[in-house]
Amino acid sequence: MTSLALPQSARGRGQFPAITWRSLAHWVILLLGAFIMLLPFAWMISTSFKATGATFVMPPQFVPSEPTLDNYATAFTTMPMGRFLLNSLVVSLASTTLMVLNCAMAGYAFARIPFRGRTTLFYAYLATLMVPQQVTLTPLFVLMTQLGWTNSYQALILPGSFGAFGTFLMRQFFLKLPREVEEAAFIDGAGYIRIFFRIAIHLARPALATLFIFAFMQSWNNFLWPLIITSDKQMMTLPLGLSSLQGRYTTDWNVLMAGTVISTVPVLAVYVFAQKYIIQGLSHTGLK
Amino acid sequence: MSTASFSRGWSKYAALAVLLTPSLVGMAIFVMGPILGSLALSFTSWDMFAAIEWVGFANYFKAIGDPAVRTALGNTMLFILGYLPPVVGIGLCLALLLNRAFPGRTLFRAIYFIPVVTSWVAVSLVWKWLLNPEFGLVNYGLSLMGIEGPGWLYDPQWAMAGIVLTSVWKDIGFVMVIYLAGLQEIPDNLYEAAAIDGIHPLNVFWRITLPLLAPTTFFVTTISLINSFQVFDQVWIMTEGGPAGATSVVMELIYKNAFRYYQMGYASAISWLLFAIIFAVTIVQNLAQRRWGAVE
Repeated sequence: MTSLALPQSARGRGQFPAITWRSLAHWVILLLGAFIMLLPFAWMISTSFKATGATFVMPPQFVPSEPTLDNYATAFTTMPMGRFLLNSLVVSLASTTLMVLNCAMAGYAFARIPFRGRTTLFYAYLATLMVPQQVTLTPLFVLMTQLGWTNSYQALILPGSFGAFGTFLMRQFFLKLPREVEEAAFIDGAGYIRIFFRIAIHLARPALATLFIFAFMQSWNNFLWPLIITSDKQMMTLPLGLSSLQGRYTTDWNVLMAGTVISTVPVLAVYVFAQKYIIQGLSHTGLK
Repeated sequence: MSTASFSRGWSKYAALAVLLTPSLVGMAIFVMGPILGSLALSFTSWDMFAAIEWVGFANYFKAIGDPAVRTALGNTMLFILGYLPPVVGIGLCLALLLNRAFPGRTLFRAIYFIPVVTSWVAVSLVWKWLLNPEFGLVNYGLSLMGIEGPGWLYDPQWAMAGIVLTSVWKDIGFVMVIYLAGLQEIPDNLYEAAAIDGIHPLNVFWRITLPLLAPTTFFVTTISLINSFQVFDQVWIMTEGGPAGATSVVMELIYKNAFRYYQMGYASAISWLLFAIIFAVTIVQNLAQRRWGAVE
């Protein structure tokens, strides 16, 4: 399977058609579109390597006449950019790992262990999906202040570690898993816990990967919650740190763009490596 | 059930305790509790400092009469009107163009999807720079065509347009992918039959493709609509609701009330009003889908 291809239809398979005027027009439109999609990124990268004065040169220069790394250095020296990066990494990895583990365990319990009130409880989980995020922000903030957790890793990590959607996704996966796989282990006397950790979780690897990638990207790009819960520069994640860079250095577009590049590269790298999962995950979880 | 005989009672409850407890505790503290808490707060006047006072529906009445709420709602509607048709339309066109075989197809798909995975902060900052009236690429491009570009984010007349433009650019890749998945579901033999009958491609689109994509269109529109009601990141980073309240949207109003003025009760009430709107929209969409969207 090609890297970004959805399941291919007969129309998409086989020989490429001969070049005609129509296929040429088709290509030109797509190239133009791709140009529009990539131009902002090109401009961001180009600006990040420009000297201060060159930012405001008209007509705009796409290739800086005197490329410099100063903006990157400035981003790291005038701002705790390294700290922002570290915070983002710690928060994203921790909350994503917790989320995946939580959701896998709960999803398995909901799919495989019969208990009283299971359906009701699962519907209660699903009902929370209807309520948009903004509703919970205020009480969550109040809770965090009561606990004295503002500007802390636990406040950045924990609220993002629980979700009904991931539980739903994992339950779906475990429901589809054939029971025969577990039954041999049951006969050998293994309990649910051992079966989950020894067998089920390993079989669930593709589903876990999809959930992990989605949760990671969401967490890495999250802006609103860190905006609410942190005020201390040392505790800011990259997106928030970047936006705070904007206030102080209004005209330093080159430094700002250097920071933007730094924040974009990791998530783009994840995307390039995981695009198959991302696209499939989107089209599966979205539509069926 | 065959497994019942293997699971002795205590081991089942031990397993539930281990596997379900973390999720249950977390959901109760960080999701379900806050939802109920928010509902309760919406009936109080609480500023985080004075004692909590029960005020009944006062916050809701206040919100309905509040000009700021009306402005924010109006601006949110304006955003949706400007955003939804192009994002769905262009996304569909892209999916159609990328659904057939040609060299470089996967690369194009990847390129159009890049903005979707990029953070709103990065996208907003780059577009704020692109839309800069003096040194931005957008107005420079317009000037090459002999058009004098507007002040964009600095001009109350154009600020929302700038935010809409940015949002459409970021989200068309998402719509495209969902439509590509929808196109895969259309059986090939329909197209083959149409080809044999010599039906014009345009008619094929109107008679076959578009009707069969109706469920996808409903899905994409609902998701985009629900997200549009909660538009915040790009607004906050690009304009903070300005200039002169021209881009003040509902989420931004909730944020300001809660975390700038500490009007926790009032902010909660507005967020529940927003929830009510989103809920109503979802129900209408569902009914519409049942009426028109069921193809099979």
